[in-house]
Amino acid sequence: MKDHSTSRRSLIKGLSLFPVAAATAVSAQGTNAQADNSAASEYRPSFFNGDEWAFVIALCDRLIPHDAEGPGAVELGVPEFLDRHMQTPYAAGDIWYMQGPFIEVGPEFGYQGRLPLRDILRVGIKAIDGYCRQKYGGKNFVQLDHGQQETVMKGLEKGEIKLEEISGKLVFQQFLAEVRYGYFADPKYGGNKDMGSWKMIGYPGVRADYLDWVGVRDKAYPLPPVDLSGRRG
Amino acid sequence: MAIVKDSVDVVIVGMGWTGAIMAKELTEEGLSVLALERGADRDTQPDFSYPRVNDELEGSVHRRFLQSLSKETVTIHHGLSDTAAPYRQIGSFKPGTGVGGAGTHWSGCHFRALPEDFKVRSNIEQRFGKKFIPDIMSIQDFPVTYEELEPHFDRFEYVCGTSGKAGVINGQQIEGGNPFEGSRSRDFPLPPNPNYLGGELFYKAAREMGFHPYPIPASNASGPYTNPYGCQMGPCNFCGFCSDYGCLNYSKASPNACILPALRGLKNFELRTHAQVMRVDLDSTGKKATGVTYIDSSGREIHQPGSIVLLCAFSLYNVHLMLVSGIGTPYDPVSGKGTIGRNYSYQNLNRVSLFFDETVQANQFIGIGGGGTTFDDLNGKQLDNAAAGFIGGGLVWARQPGAGPVRGVTTATGVPNWGTAWKKGVKEAFRHSFYYEVQGSCMSYKDAYLGPRPTYKDGFGRPLLRMTFNWHDNEIKGSQFLVGKALEMCKALNPKSMKGDAKPNGAKYDTTAYQSTHTCGGAIMGDNPTTSALNRYLQSWDVPNVFAPGANAFPQNNGYNPTGMVGALTYWTAKAIRTQYLKNPGPLVQA
Repeated sequence: MKDHSTSRRSLIKGLSLFPVAAATAVSAQGTNAQADNSAASEYRPSFFNGDEWAFVIALCDRLIPHDAEGPGAVELGVPEFLDRHMQTPYAAGDIWYMQGPFIEVGPEFGYQGRLPLRDILRVGIKAIDGYCRQKYGGKNFVQLDHGQQETVMKGLEKGEIKLEEISGKLVFQQFLAEVRYGYFADPKYGGNKDMGSWKMIGYPGVRADYLDWVGVRDKAYPLPPVDLSGRRG
Repeated sequence: MAIVKDSVDVVIVGMGWTGAIMAKELTEEGLSVLALERGADRDTQPDFSYPRVNDELEGSVHRRFLQSLSKETVTIHHGLSDTAAPYRQIGSFKPGTGVGGAGTHWSGCHFRALPEDFKVRSNIEQRFGKKFIPDIMSIQDFPVTYEELEPHFDRFEYVCGTSGKAGVINGQQIEGGNPFEGSRSRDFPLPPNPNYLGGELFYKAAREMGFHPYPIPASNASGPYTNPYGCQMGPCNFCGFCSDYGCLNYSKASPNACILPALRGLKNFELRTHAQVMRVDLDSTGKKATGVTYIDSSGREIHQPGSIVLLCAFSLYNVHLMLVSGIGTPYDPVSGKGTIGRNYSYQNLNRVSLFFDETVQANQFIGIGGGGTTFDDLNGKQLDNAAAGFIGGGLVWARQPGAGPVRGVTTATGVPNWGTAWKKGVKEAFRHSFYYEVQGSCMSYKDAYLGPRPTYKDGFGRPLLRMTFNWHDNEIKGSQFLVGKALEMCKALNPKSMKGDAKPNGAKYDTTAYQSTHTCGGAIMGDNPTTSALNRYLQSWDVPNVFAPGANAFPQNNGYNPTGMVGALTYWTAKAIRTQYLKNPGPLVQA
């Protein structure tokens, strides 16, 4: 298990150091049935640039790692979900009120800045990398070891790390929400490959018909998940 | 120069529950009825069809069935000394849009108010003395009684195919129902739905405390049903997509399933969608509405003349329309004068989550929006408010409207938000936990109200509404009391762990976390035009050919979900228009 995790770590670190185009080759060499990250590396991002893509992969891997509990975010394609989701009207602020003036009020009133989601993530990546370079001798987030990455993430989550231009806590919360969406949403959106997260928690997907099981108490729900396209897990 | 359309008898603004009820009732009277809906038309097919409707990302993240805030929203602050900021992302409450409105994406809990809920102020004064009510609390009796509304509660339940168990019929108590409810003229149209685990265990826990549990009246059909309009419903299959979603199955009552099929095609009914009503137009006296002005789908300004104007938008937007149209006098919290915007109230929702080991099959993905179990032992006159330390009351209930992982999985105390320990916590919780909720009343206050906020404009150049609202000590005490009772009760179920989210002392209203779409008041009904915007028939005191049915009419909010009351009030208003107003158009109550 330890070997396995080490090889995966070098794979992910590898991704960050190579241009995106080279990532497929790296992944092909590092094939491992249990920690297969090919889902992330075969996809060519069209929203995130190379550095951002490496950041997204590294952050996904820490937020929902591959472990004995079940598949990780990277192998289920969550980076692909994020890249595609950032190109939807939703991420451009389609259902948010986006008019100014933009004022500072308490946290009970939600995000009051002028950026739509996709720009919160972009500005956030740049700011987090800036923080990391200053704190860790010129290294970006992807170049830190797992322990250092998690220290940064906890600092952002608690609001202890102050970033230039944007709230680190906000960026972290938005990333966490998006990564969870990608991990759990229907596979058609790019993440949750083969309904991996649904199988892990026992979610039947879009079966949407449980009348015969409402009163069953002594047995676990027996059927595997179904996705929007009708595939069975 | 506005285009002027042919005049109609009735112009309806908004095609949710209240608009659909009014359209049906008034077309039956032979009137020409035009409904203007700002959103799109929607019907079960294709808009709620399987499997797309079960897409959690579309439904609960992109919020396909909710109102986008991009063009219309409100601003919110806690008090006059704070600056109000826009409600930019959906959080605390979820207005609907399109045909069906919030009646498309509601859950289905379908309560009647208790008889004493109509007389909160006089009952409290009688039981505990006038001084028991703090000076800042502006609660008022409803100007209508339970007995007057009973036929209309009944009517709405039969339109919705409500599934439940009566507790009192014609004064006789019935075993298994709510013994504290107001007397019904007959039983529910359908029996209760079957119980999932959490709803079943609730009976055991509640009875051990000496409470009187009963099935929540659910407008989620427990069997095949045809309503009085001839609309057919099918049995709920517990798909778990009620709240946020349209019903794929013709099971959850909605304007789309239960009324629109009987309206579409009528010669004296017209529905215009993508018609954004900007204001109610008044004549030179300011006492009569001549119709409304709206922006059509091509962006043209249209004047639509009509004899009667019915404001049937979501409660907050009904108040907004009255303010921007100059109907009545805006409420001023300093002088206490004015009525439009007065007595805004909300709902005091709290949750208790119970976690079990893997042998307990709670299956939260199995869900029904309105079904479940509750009791009224801590609500209405059953509660000793002096001992409890707050005015009002509330329910503790088991409800399982359906959970999917995109909507979020509540994990046990101590589980982090990410990493391996989070994954483990989610796996343990998803099928082996459930939650009970505490839904408390929310009183009204002199400093909780709605007004205009000109700094921010909507997509049509109008000032946004400003909501001034914060939790008062009374509601915080209520939250702590009711959550305390719920936690105490749940010990009987021996969960591995549990957690409750009672509001701490000094809690502030948090607009970012979903609580409830039960935004009430702002254009309230009353018996005095100096302290209410509407008379007992929900008719504007100031402009008598304008009526505003909706939760905006509640002087304060009780412990129940408002939809049953909203429907009953709307039928009550429709009856008043049909039997009184049409014969003699003018004020139905003399000021």
